[in-house]
Amino acid sequence: MSEEPLRPDPDALLAAARAADARAERGRLKIYFGASAGVGKTWAMLDDAQRLRAGNVDLVVGVAETHGRSETAALLQGLECLPPRTVTLHGRSLPEFDLDAALARRPALLLVDELAHSNAPGSRHPKRWQDIEELLDAGIDVWTTVNVQHIESLNDVVGGITGIRVRETVPDHVFDAASEVELVDLPTDDLLRRLSEGKIYLPEQAERAVRHFFRKGNLMALRELALRRTAERVEDDVRSYRLEHVAQDRRAVWQVSDALLACVGPDSGAERLVRAAARRAAQGGAPWHAVYVETPALQRLPEARRRAILATLRLAESLGAVTATLTAEDAADAVVAYAREHNLGTVVTGYALPGAATALWRRLRGHRSFGERVAVQAPEIEFMVIARQPGADTGPPVPDGAAAEDADRLARRARGYVWALASSAAVTVVATPLLRYFDLANIVMLFLLAVVAVAVRHGRRAALAAAVLNVLAFDFFFVSPRFTFSVSDAQYLLTFAVMMAVGLVIGQLTASLRYQARVAGYREQRARGLFEMARDLGRALTQEQVAEIGERAVARAFRCQTAMMLADSDGRLAAVSPDNDRFVPDAGLAQWAFDHAEAAGAGTGTLPGAPVLYLPLQAPMRTRGVIAVKPSGPRLLMIPEQRQLLDTYAALVAIAIERVHFVAVAQDTLLSIESERLRNSLLAALSHDLRTPLTALIGLSENLSAALARDGSPRGADATAIADQARRTAQLVNNLLDMARLQAGSVALRRDWQSLEELAGSAIRSLGPALDRHVVELRLPPDLPLIHGDAVLLERVLVNLLENAAKYTPEGSHLRVSAEREGERIAIEVSDDGPGLPPGDPERLFRTFTRGDAESSTPGVGLGLAICRAIVRAHGGEIEASSRPAPAHGAVFRWTLPHLDLPADAPASHAADCAP
Amino acid sequence: MNLPPQPVTRVLVVEDDAAIRRFVRQALEDAGYQVSEAEGLRRGLIEAASRKPDLLVLDLGLPDGDGIDFIRDLRGWSALPVIVLSARVGDDDKIAALDAGADDYLVKPFSVGELMARVRAALRRRTAGGNSVSVLEFGACSLDLAARRLLRAGEPVHLTPVEYRLLAALAAHPGQVLTQRQLLLAVWGPNSVEHAHYLRIYMGHLRRKLESDPARPQHLLTETGIGYRFVTVAES
Repeated sequence: MSEEPLRPDPDALLAAARAADARAERGRLKIYFGASAGVGKTWAMLDDAQRLRAGNVDLVVGVAETHGRSETAALLQGLECLPPRTVTLHGRSLPEFDLDAALARRPALLLVDELAHSNAPGSRHPKRWQDIEELLDAGIDVWTTVNVQHIESLNDVVGGITGIRVRETVPDHVFDAASEVELVDLPTDDLLRRLSEGKIYLPEQAERAVRHFFRKGNLMALRELALRRTAERVEDDVRSYRLEHVAQDRRAVWQVSDALLACVGPDSGAERLVRAAARRAAQGGAPWHAVYVETPALQRLPEARRRAILATLRLAESLGAVTATLTAEDAADAVVAYAREHNLGTVVTGYALPGAATALWRRLRGHRSFGERVAVQAPEIEFMVIARQPGADTGPPVPDGAAAEDADRLARRARGYVWALASSAAVTVVATPLLRYFDLANIVMLFLLAVVAVAVRHGRRAALAAAVLNVLAFDFFFVSPRFTFSVSDAQYLLTFAVMMAVGLVIGQLTASLRYQARVAGYREQRARGLFEMARDLGRALTQEQVAEIGERAVARAFRCQTAMMLADSDGRLAAVSPDNDRFVPDAGLAQWAFDHAEAAGAGTGTLPGAPVLYLPLQAPMRTRGVIAVKPSGPRLLMIPEQRQLLDTYAALVAIAIERVHFVAVAQDTLLSIESERLRNSLLAALSHDLRTPLTALIGLSENLSAALARDGSPRGADATAIADQARRTAQLVNNLLDMARLQAGSVALRRDWQSLEELAGSAIRSLGPALDRHVVELRLPPDLPLIHGDAVLLERVLVNLLENAAKYTPEGSHLRVSAEREGERIAIEVSDDGPGLPPGDPERLFRTFTRGDAESSTPGVGLGLAICRAIVRAHGGEIEASSRPAPAHGAVFRWTLPHLDLPADAPASHAADCAP
Repeated sequence: MNLPPQPVTRVLVVEDDAAIRRFVRQALEDAGYQVSEAEGLRRGLIEAASRKPDLLVLDLGLPDGDGIDFIRDLRGWSALPVIVLSARVGDDDKIAALDAGADDYLVKPFSVGELMARVRAALRRRTAGGNSVSVLEFGACSLDLAARRLLRAGEPVHLTPVEYRLLAALAAHPGQVLTQRQLLLAVWGPNSVEHAHYLRIYMGHLRRKLESDPARPQHLLTETGIGYRFVTVAES
């Protein structure tokens, strides 16, 4: 680390910003943390709650374990308690925390005691900490309690100290993510005294507890662990505070500590290894991975052991690791390649102390340990060895179903041995008549051929058996003296040895070749499955087709039953093929998976007991649906690769659904563009066809009226009236067409900078004689800013309002146009001192075909104000009408338009324009 | 009645609608002009070339071609005044026609009075175009283009260079509609043709210096959405 102040890592800042965002939405978790039972965590929590209650906080007690302690129970008084859900298990009914009731009640703060509690089977989540995660996600603050021995990464340590292991553990990330941790501490002697006074457990239990757990040495060690864990957290808090608050220039760059790679082996100590790696990673705040390398040798492990390994990987995953199983000939190669690929600086592995004989044998063979091989291949990688304590733990619980698969394997193996025996017999029978024509050396070849054949068909063990059987058969039936196992010529001993060795080597090679071929075949099958689905998805045109292709592809690749559910626009799921007779997915669980964008059901953290796995279809924009997978065997969901493969399928389907969705959106858009084009051309044609005859009508009647006037005919006035009516019709046509265009939303504003003075001036000029009998007054401040808008339309608003005012006020009334800037808006008023608005809601005036007075003979269809409103709204403004309050009279039409700043290069006044 | 000047003034009307053609012809003949007609652009071009009219009234919505191209072609060999008739709602075609070289426009439906006023103004320009006047009188003002000086009620008015250039650009085509683009190009140059706010601001300055009521100008008129027009004599 450099002493110089360095620029902060932008990624770290971004992460801090994101974390701050996430914290803002999520509820806050406060943990009352203690060294052991009885230190008073629940009491402290309830005590704080009582204090908050006084401050009127919406606070509910979800669960509080009083353990029959009266002083704790007394603290519950006056607090709202959530009634527990009753679960019946083995004929007994147990009270359980009711998550759904809590979510429905949605208090600001919920108290849920015993973070490490395991829920009764059949609950939504197996563990209470998962319930609490969901509560926090829902934005509810939670207070809870936990003891130090329940922290996952400290589980081993506590087990080592006290000799008692607890199965109820809480992942470290839950503890680390808590907003606040309050240590509830009680000196050991006080605790023991409280215990002896019967304040912790009921008296008859107390004595047994003291003997087992509450030994003074244990309690002191636990207290130290709790204090240290809290201190670590405080340190983290300080560091994250520094990251967030310390002035940037004074902060040195936080170097990312080396990420870890834990190599899970087949040995029983793997769980300890994983926990140790998790602890190390958590201390350094580094990411970590756990891998299991399946070599040909490990392929042959019994099913139960392989399942134990997968269970260990799942444990690692729950401790925050990225997990993978790798298939390779050599574990060291695979681990080095993986570490380099993922930039992991430290490899953690377990080490079992070998017995003396084994160690000697290894040394004699020149066998290099795994660690040595890694060190040779990748000197840059740090290597860390965790000692194993064989038998110290039993490994995580292994799911059932292993026995059946092991039986299957044994049957296969027995078949191999039968074949080995049969091949040996067959070769003997075939070779016996040939003995007369062929040399013994050639007969040996036949036996070797049989070994190869058996190795190809039945693997290594059968090949080994065949090699031994063939040597024996060759000796017994062919080498003189025949039909005895004794050998007259000692040189045949060499033949036997070579035959044996060649058989073994060939058998080994063939078997591993077969394994490789099988792996390659499997990989190819996977790739082909994905490829085929991707190809089919590319051709799909509807969401239903995509869903059907996805269903089929997943069912084929995983030999399972599937059902696809797609979300509608409201986020409700519906099965694509409701007449699906394969199985009926659980709608509630599927919806949960969809809403939380998280896998649920079999093999996940949510209702793992369900027989079906629900995977959300997450596309880049949003979750598109859920695929329900009902596996034929639990193994499918245990192997991380299979789950990842399934996720890949789900992602491909989701992206395809999204693609189809956006294609549909694009088509809709195209359609609406097309129909708008059609509408516009229709309006243009209509406008032309209506205006042309009106033009002729006006012109001809005016000519006629001029001619009649010249001739002194009394019919001149008639011709003038025709012209007037035609003009009025033209005005109506203009209004109707404008309204149609404005209502269709197809008006493209020709926005530009406009001066209101100019617009008002030309509006008055275009109204001409219509305003002759009124006094029009303009009150525009000289510093009124320019308006950004469509000149023709804005002038139209002024014309309509002034025309309206002139129409509905008596002669000689005053009309006024005034404007002023109001912050970010410009307000314009057209007012008069006439009789004011007709009674009733002024809003009604802006509706189409409404006039101030329904029976009035004043001409004009009431489109004017509707057009004004449409124009003003198109400009992002609003218009309203009101009457002047008494004693004043008159109507006020007030409209606002957004104020925009002029472009920077505006000629400020005369600044850029000096005198000549 | 305003008698047309001698000799006879010829007007060509290019319009596809027979009824409109009929009343326009009637009105023009009543005013003493000699009128020839064409139904379409092709015929109109032949008439324009052969009859040498003094004024062209052109409908923009003709079935056999684009009236704007027609104006552009015409301006290649003739400076005769063109008044366009437009039935379309938008301003784009009018602006395009004016930019292409048309002198004035009328939106259908229009009244005979309007048409005749525009015709008279265009012809007046044509007769005045020959002898270049150096002093323009309008309202209380007199603009001396040779001396680059403006007097209002006998008093010299101070104009900034930009204001003067804008006034001179307008005064060079009295009675004619000049589009925003034409004015911006003439006063500020080709880089500023999008800067309509220059025009609004300087037009405001000019009106305050020249007009008796800047909000109701008599000489510097606004053609909303299109441009400006400078008139020396206030219309009725």
